[in-house]
Amino acid sequence: MAESRDGKMAEHSDPNAPWVTFAGMATTAITAALFVFFLQYLPVVAAGAPVLWTWDWIPSLQIRMSFWLDGLSLMFALLITGIGAFVMLYAARYLAGHPHYNRFALYLFSFMLSMLGLVLADNLITLFVFWELTTFTSYLLIGFSHTDPKSRRNALQALLLTAAGGLALLAGFILIGVTQGTFELSELNAAGSLAGQPYYTGILILVLLGAFTKSAQVPFHFWLPNAMAAPTPVSAYLHSATMVKGGVYLLARMHPSLSGSDAWVWALTIFGAITAVFASFMALRQIDLKQTLAYTTLMALGTLTMFLAGSSGYAITAAMTFLLVHSLYKACLFLTIGVVDHATGTRDADVLGGLARAMPITATMAALAGLAMAGIPPFLGFIAKEVAYAGALTMAFTVFVVLMSFAAFALMFAVAAIVAYRPFFGPQGALPRKPHEGPWPMLIGPVTMAVLGLLAGLMPGVSAYWLVEPAVAAVMGAPDEGGRLKLWAGFNLPLVLSLLTFAVGFYLYRVHVELRARLARIEAQAPDLDARWDWLLDRFMDFAKLQTRVIQTGVMRQYLFATFTVLALAILVPLVMRPVGGVTLALAGLSFIEWGVALLILAGTFLVVLTSSRIAALVGLGVVGIGVALIFIIYSAPDVAITQLLVELLVVVLLAVALLKMPHLDPGRKQEHRPADAFLAVVVGALTTIVLLLVVDGPFDRRLTDFFEAASWTEAFGRNIVNVILVDFRTLDTFGEIAVVIVAALGAYALLKGGLKRGTEGEAEKGDRE
Amino acid sequence: MNSIIFTAGARILVALLFVFSLFMLLRGHHLPGGGFIGGLLGAISFIVYALACGSGEARAALRVSPEGLAIVGLGVALAAGMVSVFFGDPLFTGQWYWVGGDSYETALFSINSVLVFDIGVYLVVLGGILSLAFAFDEET
Repeated sequence: MAESRDGKMAEHSDPNAPWVTFAGMATTAITAALFVFFLQYLPVVAAGAPVLWTWDWIPSLQIRMSFWLDGLSLMFALLITGIGAFVMLYAARYLAGHPHYNRFALYLFSFMLSMLGLVLADNLITLFVFWELTTFTSYLLIGFSHTDPKSRRNALQALLLTAAGGLALLAGFILIGVTQGTFELSELNAAGSLAGQPYYTGILILVLLGAFTKSAQVPFHFWLPNAMAAPTPVSAYLHSATMVKGGVYLLARMHPSLSGSDAWVWALTIFGAITAVFASFMALRQIDLKQTLAYTTLMALGTLTMFLAGSSGYAITAAMTFLLVHSLYKACLFLTIGVVDHATGTRDADVLGGLARAMPITATMAALAGLAMAGIPPFLGFIAKEVAYAGALTMAFTVFVVLMSFAAFALMFAVAAIVAYRPFFGPQGALPRKPHEGPWPMLIGPVTMAVLGLLAGLMPGVSAYWLVEPAVAAVMGAPDEGGRLKLWAGFNLPLVLSLLTFAVGFYLYRVHVELRARLARIEAQAPDLDARWDWLLDRFMDFAKLQTRVIQTGVMRQYLFATFTVLALAILVPLVMRPVGGVTLALAGLSFIEWGVALLILAGTFLVVLTSSRIAALVGLGVVGIGVALIFIIYSAPDVAITQLLVELLVVVLLAVALLKMPHLDPGRKQEHRPADAFLAVVVGALTTIVLLLVVDGPFDRRLTDFFEAASWTEAFGRNIVNVILVDFRTLDTFGEIAVVIVAALGAYALLKGGLKRGTEGEAEKGDRE
Repeated sequence: MNSIIFTAGARILVALLFVFSLFMLLRGHHLPGGGFIGGLLGAISFIVYALACGSGEARAALRVSPEGLAIVGLGVALAAGMVSVFFGDPLFTGQWYWVGGDSYETALFSINSVLVFDIGVYLVVLGGILSLAFAFDEET
């Protein structure tokens, strides 16, 4: 308990701190500008003309930076930028005076951009890159209160789970690209369903794994409520329009290509329905209002997934309408809960009550959003529920889907009352602080979203024409007949179901305190996936430690022995497998100098092997190196020879400095493994010689040499071919090499410099674990 | 090593070696040399200095931290590689600008990204090896 209070103290702002900062205002302004930018595409897209922007990224792999703006992506883009702008303004006020506010603004803004890229991407690989970016930025956001171990742990959990799903998704995307010959979503969707084609099942499973982990479907749901460790504006953003909807977006986006099979219908219906109902019960069970909202998000995701299982116009319209409604009311409610928390210092459902008098605007907005959530006419939420029932009646497993959506909607009605009615109009408990109305930057967002939710319901035709129907057309791959969004659709089965929902929901609200106790008892007996996760991670760490103990012995000789054994085998096996052929060793043509160099190298080698002084051995190695450099000079490769000589020199000098301080080699201990070492050395040497002789035996391919000789002057204006290859023809390789030089140098530097600090680091690690 | 002869001689040797390393870097495009070799020579010059006068003094003579130098070098190389993007060529394509003419034969000299890239390589090798060598010397 003390922990969460500390977290909250850190999360909240100083009310007198200036909140108009460059970081906050710039990000808000840019996001708002993006919203306006996307707004101007509404008429084009509503008229049925998608917009495509492309830029070749890696053309040889068919990877393009391509963006596709149709009804679906436009609706998401508007939600992301619109809600994003309000959330950023809200955050500026909410976290005013926080020492890390600028960092927060950067994270939130990057997250917004990644999400925008995700929903606009047309190329699957581009989409994947943005997908991973959202995972990464949300990790930073969830772990924003990084001094709190719980927050770090939850951030890591979200990262690991969604990144694991992301890997599956990448595999699925590559399978699609390889089998279909294109990575462009617009082309894939135009080509119709992949059902029945080879690898369809594999693709479906992989893509669903990615989407379900991202959208927190059961059994991957547990990271989402834990992500509540993030500050309230993040929760609002993460859970309303964005991150978690990424998975739903993907399902909707790929609906034309992946639906149309029983597997799709089964998987989405079952996982979606279970998630929806499970989450609604869990929402009822929570005491912390933020947790309650987190579970209702889960419920919404489940419902959306379930409706995307269908292919009828009603089912898809239901999904798209519900998506819109949910984004508006959920963001609004999260933000109002944040205002309440900010003003009263608590989010406890049992304590909060009667706040309407002190916070009239917040109360009104929460009420509007709550009515939308409960699905009361004339809010868009009501229409969404009507369409959802109508859609459920058209889907496969009709009775199951109708029952499950009925349960979810009824529970949601009760939860809406708990979240939006009780804190403001219910009985008041002992509040930690005297409540007061929130400041305007924290109210403008909820006000706008709540009012929009109401207006959209009052003018269903407008919202349908501009937003819902283009999105439905994009998901279905063809324009739907339209006109499904009506406030009064006549006296029919959906209306009856709606009325029943209200009745059952009202009853559930009346008994919710007793119900919560009962649910808590059930939960105590059910397996706790969150704890299982920790158990799994711990076992994984144990395995890693075991593996390190076995493989990393810390004895240099054993590492080298293993390396050279593998090398010997790698040479030996192909050598034995190849057709038999003779190897000729022509020693007759060697000149006097060449014999001399060979003898020099041999002498150096014997010195290394026989001496018991480290310095002498080092000098012996230096002699070998210089001998090799001489060979390079004889065969006129001056650049390589110079480099070899200099490196040899450096190694000898550097090691000499270090070796001076080390004891003599221990001759007694050395003897026992010497036979094995000698055997391995001889084998590797012999094999290498044979391979080299075989290489020399074959005809020499001069094509590359000829090309570089000819092109080095005409194309790169250089006469030194080696250097021209390094800095012009193969620049990227060189760049990689110098990057390796830096990494190696920094690694060695850290080892040398860090050795002394190890004791204190170990202490810190131990303290962390406690 | 506390030899007066070595300490006194090293000062001259170091200067010569360092100038020679720059010479090797610049002539690399046509004759044996280039960033790698130049960087190695430059590193050797400072290591000799460190052996003669201690790594503290060698660090002072270098003025900047070798780790920073290496990273700056990587940045320089990357920047040289990125230049081509602004001229519509693929990444890391060499760019040449002729001063006083329009081809290699007529121009007085050229400004090119290839040499800049090589300078980046030089800095990386110099900084990388020196950061290792200094740490080595200070640790042992």
